[in-house]
Amino acid sequence: MKLIIAVIKPFKLEEVREALTALGVAGMTVTEVKGFGRQKGQTEIYRGAEYSTNMVPKIRIEVVCPTSIADRVVETIQATAHTGAIGDGKIFVLDVGHAVRIRTGETDDIAL
Amino acid sequence: MKHAFRTAGALALGAVALAALPAWAQAAATPKPVVNSGDAAWMLTSTLLVLLMILPGLALFYGGLTRAKNMLSTMTQIGAAACLAMLVWVAWGYTMAFGDGGSFVGGFGKLFMAGVTPDSVSGTIPEYVFACFQMTFAAITLALVLGGTVERMKFAAVMVFGLIWLTIVYFPIAHMVWAPGGLFFAMGALDFAGGTVVHINAGVSALVAALILGKRIGYPIERIVPHSLTLTGVGTGLLWVGWFGFNAGSALAANGSAGLAMINTFVATAAAALAWMLVERVNGHKGSALGFCSGIVAGLVAVTPAAGNSGPFGAIVLGAVASVVCFYAVTVLKPRLGYDDSLDAFGIHGIGGMIGAIGTAIVYAPALGGPGKPDYAIGGQLGTQAAAVLTTIVWASIGTVIAIYVARALTGLRVRPEVEREGLDLGEHGERAYDH
Repeated sequence: MKLIIAVIKPFKLEEVREALTALGVAGMTVTEVKGFGRQKGQTEIYRGAEYSTNMVPKIRIEVVCPTSIADRVVETIQATAHTGAIGDGKIFVLDVGHAVRIRTGETDDIAL
Repeated sequence: MKHAFRTAGALALGAVALAALPAWAQAAATPKPVVNSGDAAWMLTSTLLVLLMILPGLALFYGGLTRAKNMLSTMTQIGAAACLAMLVWVAWGYTMAFGDGGSFVGGFGKLFMAGVTPDSVSGTIPEYVFACFQMTFAAITLALVLGGTVERMKFAAVMVFGLIWLTIVYFPIAHMVWAPGGLFFAMGALDFAGGTVVHINAGVSALVAALILGKRIGYPIERIVPHSLTLTGVGTGLLWVGWFGFNAGSALAANGSAGLAMINTFVATAAAALAWMLVERVNGHKGSALGFCSGIVAGLVAVTPAAGNSGPFGAIVLGAVASVVCFYAVTVLKPRLGYDDSLDAFGIHGIGGMIGAIGTAIVYAPALGGPGKPDYAIGGQLGTQAAAVLTTIVWASIGTVIAIYVARALTGLRVRPEVEREGLDLGEHGERAYDH
């Protein structure tokens, strides 16, 4: 099993979710996050007081999938979350040792 | 309150008119005062509109501008200060402001509303209505001062400060401006709805209080930004609507003067809202929602003394000019001088009030569409307005220093640094505004 963590532009979430569902990915966890990379932040001004926010809002997706489809999941996210502009995000792939479905006690690939 | 007539009786004509009358005419010239039901209905309504300005108007406007951790503290301080002002008003405020007295303060003849009955008449409205209308002015003025002190001043300190400040600053200045025999009233100073009494007074007091209190922790290095401009926008709308009670109500009657105040309260404000956004663009910023709201308030403040003392086009110019000056006051003057007037009570109410008070002398001129007499001289009136403004600045500053130091002696004034970091909502009230 692989854990795939993707940090993407927020407006790309729906597109990515649909593409992954079509691949057979049965679930994902989504978090609203902030961070920075090469993309510079924005400047906010309140009555003349300027604050540059280095942190940019992003969406972090976590998907655990069988190793067999991990590469396709990564390719799909890369293709659908892509705009070509700085700030498109990153994808990380980690090994997962064990998984349990809480309701039934099923384990590993069956539990996903 | 161009004409703030006192209770029915021998003095109903006002000191100035009385002095001009021969003695025998006084008895003949005091017909039994009658309540005009139209005037009374409008003044009952206006009074509630001013209450709406405070709760929830100002509470939301100020609350949205603070950080989420101080939302409840801000709203509660405003509400509680207003309640305190109401109680103090009926106890000794009304008599100090509008009781018979000298140039600086009224007498104590109406302590605890003594002698006022449902039959008492002030001008053409019941005296109880007049007293309530004026009560809401005292309440909002104290609440406005807190714009300079929120996010760090203890709740208990606010209450002690309010009690003393109303007594030694607000009531005397209200008397000087609006009571026949009051210093500025006798000088002929023009202040239709309280540019001096409410806005300069509140703005200057806020600045002095903020200077003594010191900056908020982290100011101006840390990111200190409004937590909800949505709520600030809602509050702005409520302030504008309520301000019609404030300005048009200050005619103390449902008449043409109220109508003039109404149209001016529309157009000066509209001009100011757009002017602020325009000057943002000129300075290379984006036209902002906060700028729009700030412009609205600056325009409302500036038109307050001029509401019934200007033609609509004078009001438009006055609103726009005040907006531009206030913009520079909060974006250039404040950072340069380095004081932390949390929500710009001085930058908008103080500065806008001064522009309005001085500008009223100009827009009052009949040549510019104002309601002044044909022989009206701008120059002389400018001097009178400036004298009233300067006296108010000095009086408010000294009074605020006294009130703040008493509050400091009794309460410690400022919350502990841990409380300030954690937020006054939790530290002072044991609650959070938002559970998420």
